[in-house]
Amino acid sequence: MTEYSIVVENLGKNYGDFQALDGISFKIRPGEIVGFLGPNGAGKSTTMKILTCFMAPSKGRASVCGFDVYKASKEVRKRIGYLPESVPLYDDMMVFDYLKFIAEVRAIPSNKRQEAIKKVVSLTGLTNMITRDIGELSKGYRQRVGLAQAIIHEPDVIILDEPTSGLDPNQILEIRDLIKEIGKEKTVIFSTHILQEVAAICDRIIVLNEGRIVADDSVEGLEKKLIDVKGGLIVETLDGETGLGNLEGVISLEALEEKNHFRLETKDIAELRKLIYETKSENIVSLYPYRPSLEDIFRYLTSQSYLSAQRSDLAESVEREEEE
Amino acid sequence: MKNIYFVWKRESVAYFTSPVAYIVVILFLLITGSLFWFDYFREINQLTLRGFFNQAPLFLAFFAPAITMGLLATEKKEGTLELLMTMPISDFQIVIGKFLASVTLLMVVFLMTLPYPFSLSRLGELDWGSVWAGYLGLILLASSYAAIGIMASSFVKDQVVAILVSFSMCFGLFLIEKFGGNPTGTSAHILEYLSTNYHFQNIARGVIDVRDVFYYFSIIVISLVIAQASVSSRRW
Repeated sequence: MTEYSIVVENLGKNYGDFQALDGISFKIRPGEIVGFLGPNGAGKSTTMKILTCFMAPSKGRASVCGFDVYKASKEVRKRIGYLPESVPLYDDMMVFDYLKFIAEVRAIPSNKRQEAIKKVVSLTGLTNMITRDIGELSKGYRQRVGLAQAIIHEPDVIILDEPTSGLDPNQILEIRDLIKEIGKEKTVIFSTHILQEVAAICDRIIVLNEGRIVADDSVEGLEKKLIDVKGGLIVETLDGETGLGNLEGVISLEALEEKNHFRLETKDIAELRKLIYETKSENIVSLYPYRPSLEDIFRYLTSQSYLSAQRSDLAESVEREEEE
Repeated sequence: MKNIYFVWKRESVAYFTSPVAYIVVILFLLITGSLFWFDYFREINQLTLRGFFNQAPLFLAFFAPAITMGLLATEKKEGTLELLMTMPISDFQIVIGKFLASVTLLMVVFLMTLPYPFSLSRLGELDWGSVWAGYLGLILLASSYAAIGIMASSFVKDQVVAILVSFSMCFGLFLIEKFGGNPTGTSAHILEYLSTNYHFQNIARGVIDVRDVFYYFSIIVISLVIAQASVSSRRW
């Protein structure tokens, strides 16, 4: 057994002129649940399609369970389960017949097929739907059939492309619980643009934007990262900003959506807090350190300014290397 | 091998649980049957299936594309092919399994036409040798058209486009010998050799020549290889 279940090195993919993936690298250990996060067109689905051997990368390499996705594609395909974003199923088949077909193609031995179907059907809550035509199922049940086919052969790696999109809140919770359940033993990668979802399920988040990895960290790690860059205080006043912006050490003042709430950006939180209490205490209702929401983190990481800052960092380091 | 069987089984069941199989069977029997029985009761001075074997290739040029048009195009459109391609099954097995399913359906159709020769044989001595040869020719011809249909289906996502492309090709191959006029000279022989109908009529005459069989096998192999390459090209 290799140490990592997924290794991606400098992976790139071009569709004609369009660069969908621009040299991404990451490694995932067995048993990790990793969330792919990013706006539409960030390269999430492309990465998944390469990992599942549906497409070949334009550059770089990727391996799953130690097998290269291009050179040993069949070995990889034996070890993964995949649910594409559109949940493609054969609408004219019965749920049972469909799962049986998948079990056959997935090379589950014939004496174990019934058992495997039974197990996966009860795990995904499809027991009552098994004789229905897939075409008649609601979106939530379709999604479950999609999940069932992805895990029926108990693969080492499960790749789910937006498994909760288009579901109602109850269904989303059920699918999340299911992913958590599966993720106890298997490596799971799933993509989403719902931020609470990653926080609820994942050990680790990989944020993609414009074909690059802009962050690869835990939720806490990402929060800390944003606080480091955008540290500050949230101040609630009695009435208006009352000259907070003019205090010494305040880099910028931002009025928040809520009335009389302001975010003060500063380098030294303790110093500013002291200053506010000394000079403005009669106007202050509350004062607390800024904790970025997931939305803030996401917006920051995928913003143009962050991207260009990263690029100039990269350019600088390249220049430095060249000078040396 | 097993995977081919699984795909074949799925497609065959899909044919017979959807209206497609029944429509194809009914229409084919309706058309060839009405022509056959019309002759049967009107002028029966020759105990032969020539009439049926003369018309069948023309109708097959339409029916074979009709049953194969969706085999890959729909799966591409729905995305089910993407999912299938991420499973441990080769593109070749997918294509062959589907091809065999369409050939199976066509053979069921031919099975349903067996009352024609049996009715004829009640009237007198029927040359069964040429009848079986004719059916063998039909199967070869239908398989070639089915292979062409699958190839066309592998190119596009829209089954209407698929049937138009494959119908044009099948019909073109059926008609091509007619362009030659009276076959003299090399070019006319080439046209004749390319024609599906020319080889079919050779076989239906009761002479099973290796050259004619080879012709059909080459069409099947070439079409399926192109179809497989077209499916695989998604991976490149």
